[in-house]
Amino acid sequence: MTAQRTYIAVWLALLVLTGITWGVSYLDLGLWNVVVALAIASLKASLVALYFMHLRSEGRLVWAFALFPLGFLALIIFGTLSDTLFR
Amino acid sequence: MGGVTGDSREERAYALETAKLGIWCFLATEVLLFGGLFTAYTVFRLRYPDLFHAEHLKLNRLLGGTNTVILITSSLTMALAVAAARQGRKKRLQIFLLCTILLAASFLGVKYLEWSDDFARHLYPGTNLFFSLYFTMAGLHALHVIAGMGVLTTLLVMARRGKLGRSRHTPVEIGGLYWHFVDLVWIYLFPLLYLVG
Repeated sequence: MTAQRTYIAVWLALLVLTGITWGVSYLDLGLWNVVVALAIASLKASLVALYFMHLRSEGRLVWAFALFPLGFLALIIFGTLSDTLFR
Repeated sequence: MGGVTGDSREERAYALETAKLGIWCFLATEVLLFGGLFTAYTVFRLRYPDLFHAEHLKLNRLLGGTNTVILITSSLTMALAVAAARQGRKKRLQIFLLCTILLAASFLGVKYLEWSDDFARHLYPGTNLFFSLYFTMAGLHALHVIAGMGVLTTLLVMARRGKLGRSRHTPVEIGGLYWHFVDLVWIYLFPLLYLVG
């Protein structure tokens, strides 16, 4: 039953984090609104990937397969911005 | 020990490992599919911050938040389904798969309410840049939810026919990884579209 208990704990954490990001969006923090929203989203995404998708117990090869598209994603976003921001 | 049983068990472990790498490869292409849209969002949000701010206030945060809770809960029931499959508990597997399908359907139901309301207020994909991105990104995500429901229904049928069990749970593992990915995309879409626009 331990695996199930972990899943429920992760689910509760995800609900609390959703509540926090929802509440924070009503405060005017300027640029920090985006930073906080993305930080909480990334924390939630990490919880889903580590526990629900079992990355925590996977070997290096699966980790490599899971992480390399994130490198490409960063490349696309920042590569595009390096053009569009300085036109 | 060992002999035939040991070999086939080893082969099964390899088969699961290979299938996992396959689905992670597919998810990589999915990241890049959504990645193009996230890039467009970033570029235009930086260029037109005022438009994005004014327009995102027109979305219903309560319905968006409700859908976030629904998808997170569906990820929980999916994880529980995978655990049940690993333990060979067939009844539990079917119950949790059914729960996941019903939650996916409620997500689409809420989406229907939201979009009918948007259309009633004359907010269409062509209304402006923000709503183009909103309908495209949420629409592509909704298509993934529909595809996921197809995958989950297939798994449920396989489970009912007794084709899934302790030694045959790879399809549930793979379907689960896809379903959690659909949840991951929404985890980013919700704040970017509804909360910070």
